[in-house]
Amino acid sequence: MTRLKTAGALIGHTVERVEDAGLLTGRGRYIDDLPVRRDTAHLAILRSPHGHAEIRSIDTAAARALPGVFAVLTGDDVARLTRSMTVGVKANVECWPIARDRVRYVGEPVALVVAENRYVAEDALDLIEVDYETLPAVVDPEKALAEDAPVLHPSLGTNLINERSFRYGDPEAAFAAAAHRVSIRIAYPRNSCTPIETYGVIADYDPGEDAYDVTANFQGPFSIHAVISRALNVPGNRMRLRTPPDSGGSFGIKQGVFPYVILAAVAARVAGRPVKWIEDRLEHLTASVSATNRVTTLEAAVAADGRIAALSWDQLEDCGAHLRAPEPATLYRMHGNMTGAYAIENVAIRNRVVLTNKTPTGLNRGFGGPQVYFALERLVHKIADELGLDRLAVIRRNLVPANAFPYRTATGGLLDSGDYQTAIDRACAEGGLQSLQQRRDAARAEGRLYGIGYAAVVEPSVSNMGYITTVLTPEERAKAGPKNGAQAVATVAIDPLGSVTVKVASVPQGQGHRTVLAQVVAERLGLPLEAVRVNTELDTARDAWSIASGNYASRFAAAVAGAAALAADRIRDRLAAIAAAQLNVTADRIDFGAGKLFDRDNSDNAISFGRVAAASHWAPGTLPDGTGQTIRETVFWTPEQLEAPTATDGINSSLCHGFIFDICGVEIDRATGHVRIDRYVTMHDCGRILHPGMVDGQVRGGFAQAVGAALYEEYAYGGDGSFLTGTLADYLIPTVMETPEPLILHHETPSPFTPLGAKGVGEGNCMSTPVSIANAVADALGVEDIRLPLSPSRVSEWLYVEERPSSKPQDVAPVATGASGERLLTGAGSADVVATRESVWTMLLDPNTLKAIIPGAHEVRKVSDTHFRAEVTLGIGPVKGRYRADIRLSDMIAPEAVTLSGGTEGALGSGRGTGRVTLTETATGTRIDYRYEAAIGGKVASVGGRLLDGAARVVIGQFFQALARHAGGGGPPSAAAGLIQRIANVFRRRG
Amino acid sequence: MPRMNAAQRHGIEFTLNGRKVRAEAENRMLLSDLLRHEIGLTGTHVGCEHGVCGACTVQIDGKPARACLTLAQQVRGSDVRTVEALAPDPAELSPLQAAFRRHHGLQCGFCTPGILMSLDALLRERPDAGREDIREHLSGHLCRCTGYATIVKAALAAAEEQRKEETTNA
Repeated sequence: MTRLKTAGALIGHTVERVEDAGLLTGRGRYIDDLPVRRDTAHLAILRSPHGHAEIRSIDTAAARALPGVFAVLTGDDVARLTRSMTVGVKANVECWPIARDRVRYVGEPVALVVAENRYVAEDALDLIEVDYETLPAVVDPEKALAEDAPVLHPSLGTNLINERSFRYGDPEAAFAAAAHRVSIRIAYPRNSCTPIETYGVIADYDPGEDAYDVTANFQGPFSIHAVISRALNVPGNRMRLRTPPDSGGSFGIKQGVFPYVILAAVAARVAGRPVKWIEDRLEHLTASVSATNRVTTLEAAVAADGRIAALSWDQLEDCGAHLRAPEPATLYRMHGNMTGAYAIENVAIRNRVVLTNKTPTGLNRGFGGPQVYFALERLVHKIADELGLDRLAVIRRNLVPANAFPYRTATGGLLDSGDYQTAIDRACAEGGLQSLQQRRDAARAEGRLYGIGYAAVVEPSVSNMGYITTVLTPEERAKAGPKNGAQAVATVAIDPLGSVTVKVASVPQGQGHRTVLAQVVAERLGLPLEAVRVNTELDTARDAWSIASGNYASRFAAAVAGAAALAADRIRDRLAAIAAAQLNVTADRIDFGAGKLFDRDNSDNAISFGRVAAASHWAPGTLPDGTGQTIRETVFWTPEQLEAPTATDGINSSLCHGFIFDICGVEIDRATGHVRIDRYVTMHDCGRILHPGMVDGQVRGGFAQAVGAALYEEYAYGGDGSFLTGTLADYLIPTVMETPEPLILHHETPSPFTPLGAKGVGEGNCMSTPVSIANAVADALGVEDIRLPLSPSRVSEWLYVEERPSSKPQDVAPVATGASGERLLTGAGSADVVATRESVWTMLLDPNTLKAIIPGAHEVRKVSDTHFRAEVTLGIGPVKGRYRADIRLSDMIAPEAVTLSGGTEGALGSGRGTGRVTLTETATGTRIDYRYEAAIGGKVASVGGRLLDGAARVVIGQFFQALARHAGGGGPPSAAAGLIQRIANVFRRRG
Repeated sequence: MPRMNAAQRHGIEFTLNGRKVRAEAENRMLLSDLLRHEIGLTGTHVGCEHGVCGACTVQIDGKPARACLTLAQQVRGSDVRTVEALAPDPAELSPLQAAFRRHHGLQCGFCTPGILMSLDALLRERPDAGREDIREHLSGHLCRCTGYATIVKAALAAAEEQRKEETTNA
């Protein structure tokens, strides 16, 4: 395309952001700050404590009866008013935003409460009784494929929801002819960029028009609008979706708010009033979205000199419990650039998508890149090591040649521009690689652990909306019709006073779009920055938008800012024609500057911008014939390079391809296993830079998140599907102390495919940094199987293969995991009471006594002689909650022994177990021996896990203390602390 | 402390951004909810409601405090200051705020009010605060956008400016 001339004073300069004054003074308008109608109610969501369970029944009567509650909805209530959400592959599954007969992940919505405020709504959640029958869970993607694995969706009959194989070039021949075959296996963990603002939705329903009106801090892509409308069973024009002026970060994650748009919309319909929902942090960590975890085996056919002739990818993608739109897009976003920065002609790919008992996945900064590049760049390091070559030399040997752009990759991508060799040379020189190597050598000479890692990465941006259809077979695609392109839209409007407004559908979450658009449009119209005002709120009922609208795939600078420049230029051409007539010159002599239009050859011959600009409003009859209005111009721009997948599965999945080369130096503390990033150099080619300050801000922000992913962050699950990282004290986001400052370098090769020559930049370090850190750690330790996050405990495992037993004898059983993966507690103990066996026996079977002695009991009901129900409140660490216990007695030998078995169930978690109590006569009364085994899951296990063992001991100790007191005649033989100590002492490691 | 009842709202009088205010809240209401939803000052943001992220930081009697870990009833008689009080007037930024704008110390701005309240307290109490003091105080806050470097830079610039100002005034 023809490059627009942009040699002005604004584009490419770091100007102060127009967004900042409001945000710095507390005047931001995020979703929870927006005014709402006075009758707006609040929504709270009851969520599954189980990773996998059948729902036997839900009793909402008590919740409905609570004053202030307007409505309670279950999955069936929602289903009556909606349809299953669209699934992106052909598979016999339904996908609901709320569980119906089965829960498949911890945190899955089970019931909705609408009440006068959030406090009352959450009170009501505690009153809902759900009867679950737990099922075995599977959280490991490889185990989910096993013959005997629990199947999440019986209708599907398997957990493998999609499989496709691809072949480009002749990989078999290349492998057969190769001097070496080198392969690596990678298990990439789950993590999330976790914005500090959580999800929020305000929904209303107009029964008169059967229309929904929803405001949500959704980020796009607006293809999801179609999914929402279909699920709500209304045409798109009856599903008005709006976004707030400000959004507190997203990084892809706020794409995943859409199931809650559906739930809040239905809740508003049922409650007959607007409904507002603000997600809390536990909900966000447990049940919003994360990146996919992926198991990859990657093999290369390599010549003796390190040249890679072929790659063979085997990717097993774990999308969690449901395949939610736009998944499995994480697996396909990189499809056109599966060869990274390298010219590799032969590629085989096998892609499998598996469902597990974890939260459904979605967009997350880097989207598919971290998983792919972790395998590819670890492999390139390994190739060098196995062949005894220099790692940098192997990277260089395989790079796409600088004169080959635009370069068509084996899998169909079109790399727009670049000079990878020069970028790497500059990074090595300006980043001080030589001195870094000396530093490493010096450290090693002192016996310290120091390593250097590299990563060369192609960063795709501006997604082809058709790439996801690569998951379909060519036949299926032919049947469904081709999908391609990516419409970007911008509107430039001039009001009657001649001032300029820009409107885009880019939905920023802090990236400063308003500032950059003001720069671009002001420069093209010869105006000062502050003369242009930009609005980035989106309202699907009023604004120009399309499915590609939104803020994802780093599309802003390349596509949206470009569309705004094109719209400004259309207006500019018309303004020039109008001014030319008034200044008696030809239009090609008109220039724009300092708020004026003037004759380039005689700048005194000028007219003010405002006067020309307002003419379309005040005196349209005076415009030269054929000029057209200058009131408003909307440009939709979709690049021709974004074609549909070819019949042979070639796909140009993205319009732009930036380049990153990272150099990382790490030192590992031999004593603690702590990984310290000593030096980090990141070289970027993101095409033309529109605002250097913001570009560096994007790089630093992505880098910090990548450091988190590499060293600290993981969405961890227990084997039963319990979620183990439910607070920000468990899910460790780097603070300033853990975030090093990278050296950022730039090498600009403008994209020939975008109006301003810009490419995306925000996601690259999420792709390059985890693997460059891993490569550095591998270099330091000589370990091949590097798994993230590189926590001190994990690194210590590599440093010290076997942990030495503690010198201090352990008196507490360590955490054990049950067969189904729940947290297992076992214990035994005894207590002496001053009462006869018969009276102790009677007490143990009497509901009134039990109520008095069970810690936190509100009510104990005797259902039959051998069946009790109890309501108790227990606090475990920070988590205090109400539980319902169901206890059955068996193997009763009065008054000697009884077995208690049963379960507890509450909003905060669940437990089940058995205990055997025996009573023995002693000289002073009765000795009670007990032994128990319990498994605990749910929220309690995720946020209070570390405290559980101690808390269980305390609670059981309290029970027997109370029993002893109740038995009359003094307390137990030893003081309370002594008793607990004794109970603790008899805890033993479970065989 | 008057005797209170969980089922009822109780009046709370305190000073908010220099003005006496009177509000009503249930005992269990958090200060963050009182400020945002009862009084309508939405500049204080809620990010985690368990005291880790720091977005809700306000000043209570001059000291930074997590509004999400403070019950509204606890501020009876106290002097509470929020981000809305930092700018000298609506059209002007404080030196700290201006430094954040100049050095790109924010992107989405959601964590920013809490960070400003912490740094404002630090720079008032320790006008000589250097890089390490600033990092130490900033470590009680999570920011997902900036990678922190520009925040440190902005704070250092504001501290420097404040010291110059004081030297000039002295």
